[in-house]
Parts: sequence; C-alpha cells; structure tokens
Amino acid sequence: MTDYNFAYLDEQTKRMIRRAILKALAIPGYQVPFASREMPMPYGWGTGGVQLSAATLTPEDRLKVIDQGADDTTNAVSIRKFFEKTAQVATTTRTPEASVIQTRHRVPEAPLSADQILIYQVPIPEPLRFLEPSEVETRKMHELSEYGLMHVKLYEDIARHGHIATSYAYPVQVEGRYVMDPSPIPKFDNPKLSNCAAIQLFGAGREQRIYALPPHTSVVSLDFEDHPFEPSKADAACALCGDHDSYLDEVITDDAGTRMFVCSDTDHCTARRDAGHGTEDAA
Amino acid sequence: MTPLLDVRNITKSYGARLGCKDVNFTLWPGEVMGVVGESGSGKSTLLGCLAGQLAPDAGEVIFDTRAEGPRDTLLMAEAERRMLARTDWAFVHQNARDGLRMGVSAGGNVGERLMAVGARNYGDIRTRAADWLDRVDIAADRMDDRPGTFSGGMQQRLQIARNLVTGPRLVFMDEPTGGLDVSVQARLLDLMRGLVRQMGLSAVIVTHDLAVVRLLADRLMVMKDGHVVESGLTDQVLDDPQHGYTQLLVSSVLQV
Repeated sequence: MTDYNFAYLDEQTKRMIRRAILKALAIPGYQVPFASREMPMPYGWGTGGVQLSAATLTPEDRLKVIDQGADDTTNAVSIRKFFEKTAQVATTTRTPEASVIQTRHRVPEAPLSADQILIYQVPIPEPLRFLEPSEVETRKMHELSEYGLMHVKLYEDIARHGHIATSYAYPVQVEGRYVMDPSPIPKFDNPKLSNCAAIQLFGAGREQRIYALPPHTSVVSLDFEDHPFEPSKADAACALCGDHDSYLDEVITDDAGTRMFVCSDTDHCTARRDAGHGTEDAA
Repeated sequence: MTPLLDVRNITKSYGARLGCKDVNFTLWPGEVMGVVGESGSGKSTLLGCLAGQLAPDAGEVIFDTRAEGPRDTLLMAEAERRMLARTDWAFVHQNARDGLRMGVSAGGNVGERLMAVGARNYGDIRTRAADWLDRVDIAADRMDDRPGTFSGGMQQRLQIARNLVTGPRLVFMDEPTGGLDVSVQARLLDLMRGLVRQMGLSAVIVTHDLAVVRLLADRLMVMKDGHVVESGLTDQVLDDPQHGYTQLLVSSVLQV
C-alpha cells in the first residue's frame, strides 16, 4: 500500500457519512448518529470535522482550515497538511477563495456564499447534556420538543450573574423546532448562522453525531423577553487593522500585563491590512 | 358532574409477580383519595400507572381534560400525556431529591414548569416563583440557593411549590411525609391541607401513615397483595374497619 485513498477514508465510509449528511440536511438541527471512524488524531482534535471534510471534498475543491479564527495554529496547520497529503487538494487561507472551510470554534468574518460549505468541529453535540445527563431522556426531549429546561439554564445565569453569562456554545433553535448546540463558537457568531447562504455541517467524532443547517435556515438564539440575546465582543478595535466590528482576541504581551486586542479571524485582519487599513482606523 | 379521574380495572404485573389487580375508583373534583397498605401491597405501582409513569397491562385511566373532556390517558400520544403531566398534573415524590433538580436554584426549580409551558419573561417567572416560595414558607433570600443547602422539610415544601406553580388540578403524592420528623410532618400536612382546600385540588395520596390520610383524605382505599380490600369514607374505614387486614392496620398504630 503506497497511496491513501482520496481524502484518507475509504469509499464505503464516505458514502455512509454522506448518507448521514443528507439526512441531517433534511432535518435541520437534528443530530444524526453515524459510525464515526478512528482517525489518525486524538478525539477532541476535530475528528468529526475531518470526517465531514473527507466525505465532502472533491479533487477540484479548495480547502481552508480555521482554528479559533486563525489559519496558522497547530490544529489548522496539521489538518490542512493532512488533506494536502491524503487528497492533494488545493488549500488557501483566503475565506472567499475556499470552497470547503473546516472550522474550530469560529465563523469567518467575511460573508459566505452559496458555493461554500462550512464544517464545524463539535466536542459535545447535545445542548441538554449538562442539564439532563441521560441520553435516553434528552432524545425523548428532542423528540417531543420539550425545551423548557434550556431556559432553566439561562434563568440560572441571570439569577446568579444578573445577565445571561453563557458566552460561547450559546443554544439556538432551528426553524422553530430542534434546539441545537452551535459548537463552542462565541455567541458573537450566532447571528451569522441564521440565513447563511452556505451549507453548514457539524461533526462530533467522539460522540458520533452529525447535524446540519441547509442554506438560508432560520436560527434563533434562545433568550427571555426582558433579557434579549446580545452578541458580545471586547469593547475595542483591532490593534493591527483597526476594525471595530470583528471579534477580538485579547493578547497579553509582557509580564507586566500589557495587553492588545487583535482580530481573531487572521484572514480578515490580513485582508484589511493589505487593503490599507491600519491602526489609524481605530481612532 | 363528570369525575376528574375514572380508574377502571387497572392491572399491572411484573412478570409472574402481581403489582396491582383490578383497581377501580372514581375521583371527583376537589376530592382527596388516600391509598394505604403495607410495603409491597401495590400502592406505588398503582400510583405510577395513574400518573403515566408505568404502563399498566390492562385497564383505563380516564381523565377529564380541560379541552376535550374525559379521555383515556393510556391511549394518548406520549407528547400529550407528558404535557398533561407538567400542566394539569403534579407528582410529589417521597424523596424530594427525585422530584427536584439539585443543581438548579430554588427559584429555577419552581420556574421550570412555567418555562416548560412557554413562559419567556424572566421578571414574570421570578415573581411567580417568589410568590410560591412565600406560600410554602421558604424565605425570599433563599430563592437563589440550591436545594442541597435546604433541610429535608424545606426540600419537600420546595417540591410542592415546584409542582403547584402551574395550577394543576390533580396531584399525585407518594409518601409525601416519609422520612420527616413529626413536627416537620405536621407543618407540611398543615400546608398541604391549606393548599388542597384553597386551590380546590384533587389528590391521590399513597402512604402507609394512617395519620396522614386521617388529616388529608376524604376517602380511603386499603390495599393488600395488589388488591383493594376495603374502601369508603376515611373516618368510616378507620373508625369501623371491616376487613381483617384493615383491622390489623388500624390496631397497629402506636398510641403515644
């Protein structure tokens, strides 16, 4: 054996995953069980996302991999190299040029288009997991659309912190039916899920679940009438490109606690700086 | 008048062992039915069958629903039955830990049923939860504490508040005073008696404590080995027991 099959997985496995994807697209927000395979990386490193990418990639695709917004961190680099080696597909860091984007915990700042697929890595697909430990019971709750418990969690947040303190993996309801975990993206990204032109696929390898949002699906973040959902970000502008509207990372720069805020989406930041934006925009 | 609950020939066995057999009774609005018997007599099995937690082998449980009148709950879709269970019904467990969410504050516990039926205004939910905690004598400053920090009696009162907040019409209670010391029992009984009268609740109370049924129940059924051996008005059954087992039960109560 000298070569890998295209995109590492064998054809039967890819077919099985594609069937799960089609079912997931047909029932937006529903968690479809699938026979998750062992991948050459540990669980928690994106085995679900990698299997989805392997099943959706074609030789003509151009792949982008994001890790917390960045293209140059370990997870992103190694998954990108993995598919360069096993599928020989072209890769890119530019969001508009990519046709398949695998992401860990961020949605790109640039709007997505109809010919793109966004693939999320999901650690825990069950939004009710920490409220109701029994999987039998949570499936029943999904089946019967019994989601009062999800609001109990938000109620507890407000009672304890005075506001909804959940800031990532913020639960959403899809088309008024299934409550879904949007993967641990910051709640700043939640509005981008709704009415998105691209296909969004979610893969949890260890938990063996795939779920999906077809294009232009309505996705509503859960909230209370008197405590409405608010996407939040650091109240600053990017120290490199001066953007006020992108999601920011806080970076500690020395032992004295000096800090700077920079765009979490490195491609967005680079593109803006290439276009001539800079710190003067921040003022 | 239509009975609130009409139970016909409920039978449930666990393999070769009998849970309960051919239990019949009618519960009228505002009435409290006591079910007494020793451990293993089938009273908890009966309660489970009535409340939709166990599937009986045979029989009918006809509940007078608000919208459509009398319906057999055993033939309902599960979604509908679970909806009933969190709106028109309430279930008070013997052990408060079975009926409460221990990881959620007292206010959240009371608010859960409201949110489950669609309440989405935090301020309203909190006001109603505070009102109910007050009605069961839990201090307002304990509202954001978890039930784990409460005493046994408080947990049981919290469980009652959590169940009654949606204004149910039928309450199932399984040994509601079990495991509590007598002074706490007395307060709890006093509270339950008040709530039953004020809200016009109907209730089915399963217990082995004859004092509890004497105080709360209008009518009484005595069960032994899965069968109802005697039934009638509470005072009548307790003061003039006819069946040998009932006589034994009544005479076994310790006099202080």
